[in-house]
Amino acid sequence: MTEFLAYAVERYTYWAYVALMLIGFYAMIAHGNLLKKLIGMNIFQTAIILFFLSISAKRGATLPIIPPEAGELVVAPPHFMNPLPHALMLTAIVVMVGTLGVALAVLIKIHRTYRTFEEDVILRQT
Amino acid sequence: MLLDHLPALLAVVPLVAALALPLAGAVRPRLVYPLAVGAGAVTAVLSLLTLERVLTRGVMRYHVGGWPPPWGIELVVDHLSAFVALTVSGLVALALLYAGPAVRSGTAGSPSPFFALALLYLASLMGIVVAGDLFNLFVFLEVASIASYALVASGGGRALMAAFRYILLGTVGASFYLLGVGHLYLLTGTLNMADLSQRLPELGASRVLLVAVGFLVIGLGIKMALVPLHGWLPDAYTYAPPAVTALIAPVTTKVAAYALARVLFSVLGAPAALAGIPLMSVLAWAGGAAILVGGVLAIRQNDLRRLLAYSSVSQVGYIALGIGLANRPALAGAYLHILNHAMMKGCLFFAAGAVAARLGGSALTDLRLMHRRMPVTTACIVVAALSMIGIPPAGGFFSKWYLLVGALEAGHTLLAGVIVGGGLLAAAYMFKVLEHACLARPDAAGHASDESPGGRAEAPAAMLIPLVALSVGIVAVGIWSAPIVSGVLWFAAAAGLE
Amino acid sequence: MGTEPIEAWGPALALLPSLVAAGLIRLSSRRPALREAWSLIASAAQAAAVFSLVPAAAGGAVVQTTLIELAPGIPLLLRVDALGSVFAALASGLWVLTTVYSIGYVRSLQEHAQTRYFFCFALCLFAAVGVAFAGNLLTFFLFYEILTVSTYPLVVHKQTGAAVRAGRMYLAYTLTAGVALLTAVALTQALAGTTEFRPGGILPGTLPIGTLWALLGLFVLGVGVKAAVMPLHSWLPVAMIAPTPVSALLHAVAVVKAGVFGVVRVVGYVVGPDLLEGLGASSLLAWLAAGTILGASLLALTQDNLKRLLAFSTISQLSYIVLGAALGTPSGLAGAIQHIVNHGVTKITLFFCAGAIYVASGRESVSQLAGIGRRMPVTMGAFAVAALGISGLPPASGFLSKWYLIRGALEADQWPFALVLLVSSLLNLAYFVPIIISAFFGSPEEAGGVAEAPATLLVPIVLTGAASVLLGMAPDAPVAFLSLASGAAAAILGAP
Repeated sequence: MTEFLAYAVERYTYWAYVALMLIGFYAMIAHGNLLKKLIGMNIFQTAIILFFLSISAKRGATLPIIPPEAGELVVAPPHFMNPLPHALMLTAIVVMVGTLGVALAVLIKIHRTYRTFEEDVILRQT
Repeated sequence: MLLDHLPALLAVVPLVAALALPLAGAVRPRLVYPLAVGAGAVTAVLSLLTLERVLTRGVMRYHVGGWPPPWGIELVVDHLSAFVALTVSGLVALALLYAGPAVRSGTAGSPSPFFALALLYLASLMGIVVAGDLFNLFVFLEVASIASYALVASGGGRALMAAFRYILLGTVGASFYLLGVGHLYLLTGTLNMADLSQRLPELGASRVLLVAVGFLVIGLGIKMALVPLHGWLPDAYTYAPPAVTALIAPVTTKVAAYALARVLFSVLGAPAALAGIPLMSVLAWAGGAAILVGGVLAIRQNDLRRLLAYSSVSQVGYIALGIGLANRPALAGAYLHILNHAMMKGCLFFAAGAVAARLGGSALTDLRLMHRRMPVTTACIVVAALSMIGIPPAGGFFSKWYLLVGALEAGHTLLAGVIVGGGLLAAAYMFKVLEHACLARPDAAGHASDESPGGRAEAPAAMLIPLVALSVGIVAVGIWSAPIVSGVLWFAAAAGLE
Repeated sequence: MGTEPIEAWGPALALLPSLVAAGLIRLSSRRPALREAWSLIASAAQAAAVFSLVPAAAGGAVVQTTLIELAPGIPLLLRVDALGSVFAALASGLWVLTTVYSIGYVRSLQEHAQTRYFFCFALCLFAAVGVAFAGNLLTFFLFYEILTVSTYPLVVHKQTGAAVRAGRMYLAYTLTAGVALLTAVALTQALAGTTEFRPGGILPGTLPIGTLWALLGLFVLGVGVKAAVMPLHSWLPVAMIAPTPVSALLHAVAVVKAGVFGVVRVVGYVVGPDLLEGLGASSLLAWLAAGTILGASLLALTQDNLKRLLAFSTISQLSYIVLGAALGTPSGLAGAIQHIVNHGVTKITLFFCAGAIYVASGRESVSQLAGIGRRMPVTMGAFAVAALGISGLPPASGFLSKWYLIRGALEADQWPFALVLLVSSLLNLAYFVPIIISAFFGSPEEAGGVAEAPATLLVPIVLTGAASVLLGMAPDAPVAFLSLASGAAAAILGAP
């Protein structure tokens, strides 16, 4: 049991993102309100961004910017965080914002058409 | 040399056109349609050139901005990508041509946004096809999805809810895929496909790899609407404007299937089993289940477009099955089915749109007297239906033949039964359509002179030409399937199985 | 079989007229006269082309055309051998007469959708001749499926609820069979490495017994449905809802004969009689056929609708051919192949007569035929000759093939089958003779003011009737059917 706890504690960032994902997923499935579903989706996506960022983190490392005056000796990978996941996530965030934008636009049109965000009310009208 | 930039041009040309289109539309609205069709046609021609170059000179690798991988972005065009690129761009070009009358009459939204989105969609599909690393594949996958969400939603009314559901599920799919990519990166420190395929075997199976593959397959499974992850598809295809369905239905799921094949074969090296889980067999059986479930559900539909949507679910199963069987004939069959299904589903959705425009709806009962009022469209439906059922010499038969040979070679007798049985389900739902379209009695006496046209109502030429082109193409691909397979797909299949 | 196939364009050219005609007919949908002219010209051209190939085939030569590749290593192969030319000559020869008959029939009844009718008819003939000339299983399957699909619009021609239901049943049976056949073809390719027909079979005898039985089962299902072997026969009587010329040419000749032709092809050129015998499958198949012969004859006795009665008679007669193929003796095989022709010619006469009666009087039931022979003497005369011929009595040709079949049964020391054939003849007489008697000896008043059908219907009846007599008198006279049949049997059994 203690082993498992140690294991779990050691990887606490992962548990955080798993928890976030599940929260988001739950909201998408369980809520009848479309806006809440969308918020759930956003939480779900954010969890994945956090996961990627946690990949790049290293204890005691600094930003991956090498000052020009630093000599060759200073440049050792353990001293710097991995910049790639950050770059990837910047792109991913842009993509997610795009999705969110389209989703919000659709929600606005849904609200204009049906005057509600409640899924069951909408489905009854169609 | 401009042709050296072909892999990039495939995506850049439609992308630039998509951005330029609204500007052109602001100045000269009438230019939008010809420009869009032109951009689509140019992309298709570029795809053809690419295929020709791949066939003569082998795989093309293109380093964006001159940065070599793994630092830079790499675009790779091999036999499979070139083949899928040609399929996709050809279909989309025809769909753009087809959309003209609908857009002019306002049933598919206003011209500039529709065509700009359609070209953005095409650009990102081409991006998926040429992407040489997993993250770019994700980006293009999502851009394509965003474009198709917006296109579906442009129908208004019930299409809005369908689009919203599509957004939720599509995003979950993409997120799963991204999560899988993240785990692979965690494992190897690279995202380049060629790089990954070198490093993964050295690392061997691990729990992380299993998780990664699981997420990748489920994510792409949602995008390709593989049973039981197909929930978004029927509503989206049914309620989207006909011109939109005609655009997205033939290619969306096929490109996702391409991505799945890419990940499984070019990255993971087609592991027969992963940590005790027979991954490929599971996929093959999922495909088999899709064939049956989609087919049975299609038979129960009374609306042409909904029926076709479920038929898509069923036909995607063939592709998944072929990928899962993972031997040469089966893979060739799956890849050939990407082309065949794109063409027949395109043909049928084009026809459904023409019917909706001319006969007032797409319920099967609206098809009454269709064979009199729209004889050419009816003939095209017949050809596509025969292809769907798998009657030679229509193309659909030949993909099934290779799948069948592959299934028998792999010793999967039951799946062989599913492959041919799926043809019977297709016969049941397609003949249901044909009965309504061709066999409704014109009058009680039944001895009316059948040669009187009785109000011909064929769709305008811009809709009819793509329709006829596809039905001719279906038969042509059937007749020349052997050269296609031995010239292109054999290599594509073999490359995946090395 | 030492003869090397000769590459030539003949087989492909023989196939072409009907395909071209189908296109031309579709294009001339507004001009009935032109449409009918295309049908006539095409049928005559096809018959001429096929007949021109017969002498070579009768001499033991094999002519073939290799067209495009269907799949890597499997070409679209058209090959004219003795067996194939029998079926092709039968189908294309009778197509000429059926076209004349069809023109008279659809004009008299003012049928609707005539363009579709003639279009599909031409396609069916294209497919039937293709089945006959197919040189490998995949080519065979291709034409077999085209035949299935192009017959469907003819079955549902009337477009009534009953016709649509009959069409569904027809499709359910034939497409399921197609699926079984496709699986069998793919399995054969996997097991034998080839699908090319070879006299004596291509399957290696070293395969596991279970696999062989499974393959045989698929083949029997695949070709057995069109051959209407019981219990796979139910679609045939139901499909009789089609217009009579369709029933005559397709459901008495082309489609069902494609089935029995398929049985002979598969037995003789894929599985091989030796392997069939070795498995013990031949006696099973023979008993299946014998059961069908007797069962269908008994069912025919209970029919009142004339076309349905003829349908059950057809089912029974088709199994003669299956029986002959299953016996696998020289006489049995020769008899089976001959019976393809003899039954085709006599049965089409009977269907033509049924159609003529329907056109002239609107009657379809056996019980309404009393006295009709006095009003329509030519029609009923031909009917009587053909009916007796089917039952195995001279002068019409049925007795010849039946004689061969009985000899075949005795050669194989299987006297029960000889007995089955004799009993079946008696049953045939039992359902045909009362019709003939009441038609000729019933009171003419019952027949009312019926007169002979128009000449376009009458001429084909007389010609097919005469042909069946001629085939009985001089089996080698018009086309060398007897030598073709013996030649094919000898090739299959490996005799010189």
